[in-house]
Amino acid sequence: MLNISGLQEGVVLDHIQAGKSLDIYYHLGLDKLDCQVAIIKNARSNKMGRKDIIKVDGVIDNLDLDILGYIDHNITVNIIRDSRIVEKKALKLPKKITNVIQCKNPRCITSIEQELPHIFYLADPEKEIYRCMYCDEKYGKKKH
Amino acid sequence: MRHMLNPLDFSVAEIDQLLDLASDIEHHLPKYAHACDGKILATLFYEPSTRTRLSFESAMLHLGGRVLGFSSADSSSAAKGESVADTIRTVSCYADIAAMRHPKEGSALVASMASRIPVINAGDGGHQHPTQTLTDLMTIHSLTGRLDNMTVGLCGDLKFGRTVHSLIEAMVRYPNVKFVLIAPDELKVPSYIREDVLRAHNVEFKEVGSLEAALPELDILYMTRVQKERFFNEEDYIRLKDSYILDKAKMKLAKENMFVLHPLPRVNEISTEVDSDPRAAYFKQVQYGMYVRMALIMTLLEVERPC
Repeated sequence: MLNISGLQEGVVLDHIQAGKSLDIYYHLGLDKLDCQVAIIKNARSNKMGRKDIIKVDGVIDNLDLDILGYIDHNITVNIIRDSRIVEKKALKLPKKITNVIQCKNPRCITSIEQELPHIFYLADPEKEIYRCMYCDEKYGKKKH
Repeated sequence: MRHMLNPLDFSVAEIDQLLDLASDIEHHLPKYAHACDGKILATLFYEPSTRTRLSFESAMLHLGGRVLGFSSADSSSAAKGESVADTIRTVSCYADIAAMRHPKEGSALVASMASRIPVINAGDGGHQHPTQTLTDLMTIHSLTGRLDNMTVGLCGDLKFGRTVHSLIEAMVRYPNVKFVLIAPDELKVPSYIREDVLRAHNVEFKEVGSLEAALPELDILYMTRVQKERFFNEEDYIRLKDSYILDKAKMKLAKENMFVLHPLPRVNEISTEVDSDPRAAYFKQVQYGMYVRMALIMTLLEVERPC
């Protein structure tokens, strides 16, 4: 069993689907932070069999956790202070996501202007439907 | 600063105001001859369009303004690989308002985000063409005096026709508008129009295959072209193509006060013998298109209505 010590202050992302932690690491921009980040892959889980965990050390105010809601509802976000969980954040679908999915509509302006950010907005929260901001092409969340 | 990217960008009240101004322009055209003196419209047409570009240019000239622009991507810096955003930033230095047609969907939105001047979407691929929808609304309003309490028939290619989709989306906002959707199975409206627009607004509609059967109940007939390339096999096309051609015989089935609209260009879906029928409104529609573009230019430039 691999041991990684607990956090004094920071964020723990638990119950990540096994193998998805690196995607989340990049989507959250953790590669751009100076603080310590532990990525635990294939940890044993009673609930999931195997899971990934990310531990981020330090005070993080500008982490866009909304994106997690798009990637996986089931991820648990624990905010740690003084070595204790002080908040469990409920994940919800973000109203807007940028550069997480790519518009595949060959008629979309993003197909010829490569520098444009791929922005999708939440068009139908019930059906979890996103639409491209430029061409309105529909994307079901499950397609990710 | 406002743009016109999607016909639904304007509320029903704002559309009413726009149509009211367009109607005043129609009846008092000389009064508006200097409304946009000193203003410049840039027409940025990355793909050919006779009707829309000329309509915009004529609209600005009738308002006393001037026009500059290009009429194909080859004659613009796009041929050198310039982005839409950079083009509109440059054009913002030369003009007061821009009308843009581009083959890619969302191009007008990209332009509006970088622009210092109002941008009018003059068609972004198969996505939106709001001034066509405004033209259709003005035509219906001018001819019938209302946009509510009517039965609108849409005939032909209802699957790929963006003008049809936009018109339905615009008209479900008015009370007691019923739709008769006349199309072969291959060209029925997409499911999002049926579910997210018509059913979501509790709008009464029916889908039928026969133009003749539908005609007697219609107040407006909006014709579109059935294109051969939309069919999987030629047999189906040959079997169906004549069913959706409007001719004098079929017009006998229509009400005396029904009007026929068409976004043009027409190929053969309306027989030329119908042109002389007083109910044929598709060339009047072109005229209304210019008036409504004049009203839109004035509105976006925030030009006061002349006394």
